This record gives sequence, structure tokens and C-alpha cells, in this order.
Amino acid sequence: MTTSELLLNGLAAFLTLCIFSFLYKDNPFYKFAERLVAGVSAGYWTMLLYHTSFHDKVIVPIFQQGYWWYIIPTILGIMMWTRFSKKWAWLSRISLAFYMGIATGTSIPVVMYAAIYKQLEGSMNQITTDATGINTLLMTIGLICAVSYFYFSKEHDGWFGGMSRVGIYTLMIGFGAGFGLTVMGRIALLIERIIFLRDYLLVLFGG
Amino acid sequence: MKRTLPLVIVFCSGILLIIQHFIPSEESEFLYTYALDWIITVGVYAIMLGIWSLIRVTVNKARRDPGERFYAITTLAGFSFMVLTGWRAESLHAGSIFMTAFNYILIPIQATIFSLLAFYVASASYRAFRARSALATVLLLTAFIVMLRLIPLGPISKANNWLVGWILMVPNLAASRAIILGVGLGMIATSMKIILGIERKYLGGD
Repeated sequence: MTTSELLLNGLAAFLTLCIFSFLYKDNPFYKFAERLVAGVSAGYWTMLLYHTSFHDKVIVPIFQQGYWWYIIPTILGIMMWTRFSKKWAWLSRISLAFYMGIATGTSIPVVMYAAIYKQLEGSMNQITTDATGINTLLMTIGLICAVSYFYFSKEHDGWFGGMSRVGIYTLMIGFGAGFGLTVMGRIALLIERIIFLRDYLLVLFGG
Repeated sequence: MKRTLPLVIVFCSGILLIIQHFIPSEESEFLYTYALDWIITVGVYAIMLGIWSLIRVTVNKARRDPGERFYAITTLAGFSFMVLTGWRAESLHAGSIFMTAFNYILIPIQATIFSLLAFYVASASYRAFRARSALATVLLLTAFIVMLRLIPLGPISKANNWLVGWILMVPNLAASRAIILGVGLGMIATSMKIILGIERKYLGGD
């Protein structure tokens, strides 16, 4: 490990310990690391957006390719800044209106395709007598029951109540699996941070 | 005028973009690409507004509370450092000061913050999921089985791995699909409400 790598890893180890210190209680070291990450993160995303969005969608089309029509969204973007003025703040609504209109208009067909059509298509498989077919049948029953749990226009009693009861159990298994995977993800991150600290200490003290 | 004009714009642009989806032509494709670039551009300027707001709030906090001054300077210094080092196009390449700061400051802090959640999730789940009902028991049991998958359990591991695979591919898939369907329908309904001017909270007051 070179001297610069040693110093940079030392900085990373120090910041890791600063964050871990919160397990004891809120303290100045934790606050320092927390505020540092807020600033660094804001700066990182600002510059990333500058290079990937502002440069590619404003500077290149207008000044290099001569696409004058890209001036219109630029003017609308600048109009967003009128929010600081009480007198002119209403102008930012026009920019926001275009944003909302385009975002909702483009999202409806996309959501319809990805969240409705593709999900239903994936659930409509042929049911056979082997293990795959039984699993498909169970998944389809679980899906119909889980969807029926969210149907509130009919009272949940009788056979419909039974269906929604199966649905809530299916949902609980889903939530349990999601919870288990999340916890394991966090534990894996914790182990990775501890291994990083151990390795750094071994390099530092030559273990 | 101040409220009606934005509503007319939302309606017209929303309907136009929906119709565009069903017209397969070059012009329609151009409109779609241009519209997406349009919202990206407006979004970038809105983010600049957010950055300005962050700076203003941080400076005001430092002015009001001397105890916060050091932390406010830390935030502003971190922000300025990244902006100054990330200005050039080469900054995004591996090995630059900008990417080094990302790798040795941002990644370790964020990974540690997320790893801290392991402790809090464990204590919160103990309080929340004590097996008081059959539903809570099912949730707890499933989480327990899924968590055991990564632990070597000798002869039980194989059976547990099969069980976890079945849970993820059958009941979990059914639950996920039901939620995705619900979210999808909700998003479409909300989008329609915005386009038709029923939902107008995004315009703010006055």
C-alpha cells in the first residue's frame, strides 16, 4: 500500500469510526461526518448532473449543434428561479406545469406496460401437473387473493373474506421475505465495514 | 390566469404525450425525445434551486447558532471541494481528485450509515414483530427462514435453500406482483387526476 493509499484509507477508516460512534450516542464526531457527507453528496450530484444533464442537454444542443429549440426548456428552467420573488413566483408554475404534464403523459403508457400488462402476462402461464405447474397455480391463487385484499368496494366477508384472508397471509410472507433480505443486506454491509477496518489496522500495525 | 394557464398546459402536454405513444412515426419519436430532454433540463434548473436552498439554510443556521458554525462550514467546505474538483469533464474518470473523494469519503460514510441500520432494524423488529398474532408470526417466521439461508447449517442448509427459493418464487412473487399492480393502478389514477386538473396541490398556495 502506497503512502497516499494509506492516508486515504486512514481517512475512510476515521469517517467509518465517526459514524459507528453514533451507536454510543450522538456526538461531535458523528455530526462532523454527517454534515460532511451532506456537503460532499450535494457537490457530487451537482457536478454529475452538470456533466450528464446540463452539458449534454443545454450546452451541446444549443451552442455546439445549433438546436435553437432547446432554448425553450432552458428559459422554462430559469423561470423556476422566480420562486425566490413573491411578485414573480407564479411564473415558476408554468415551468412546473410543463414538467408535470410531460412527466404524467409519458408515465401513463410506460406504467400501463411495465406495471400492469407485463405483470399480468408473467402471471398467465400454462398450468401443468408437474411441480412448476403447481407452483404457477399457487402463485396465481396467491396473486388473485392478494389483489382481492385491496378491493374495498365489497365487504370482506363470506367467500370473499376468505380470499382476502389468504391474500393478507400471502402479503405477510412477501413482507417477511423482503424484511429478511433487507436485514441480510445490512448485515453484509456491516461485515464489509468491519473487514475494511480490520485490514486497515493489519496494514498499519503489520499484523 | 395565474392558476388556469398552468392547468391548461398540464392538460394539453399530458394528453399530447399520451396520444404520441400510439402514433408510430419519426415526428412522434422526436416529440417524445424532445419532451424527455425538456423535463431533464427543467429538472436540472430545479436542482440548482435546491442547492441554493441548501446553502442558504446552512448559512442561516451558522449565523443563528454559533455551536452549529463548525458543522455548517464542514458542509459548505465539502460541497465547494466537490464542485471545484469536479468542474472539468475528466473529473468523472477514475483516479481524479473528484472520484477519489467519492470513493474515500462518500462511499465509506454511506456504507457505514446503512450498516448501522442493521442494529436499529434488529431492535425495532423485536418491538414491532413480537409474535402477537398469526399474521405477525407468519411474517417473523418467513424473515427468519430467509435470513438463515446465508448461514451454514450443515445438512439443513440444502432443504432451507430450497424452501427460501420456493418462498421467493411463489408467495413472495405473488405478493410483489399484487403490490406492483396496485402501485401501477395508483400511479395511473394519480397521473390522470393531475392531467384533468383534479389534483393541483403541486401548484402551491394562492
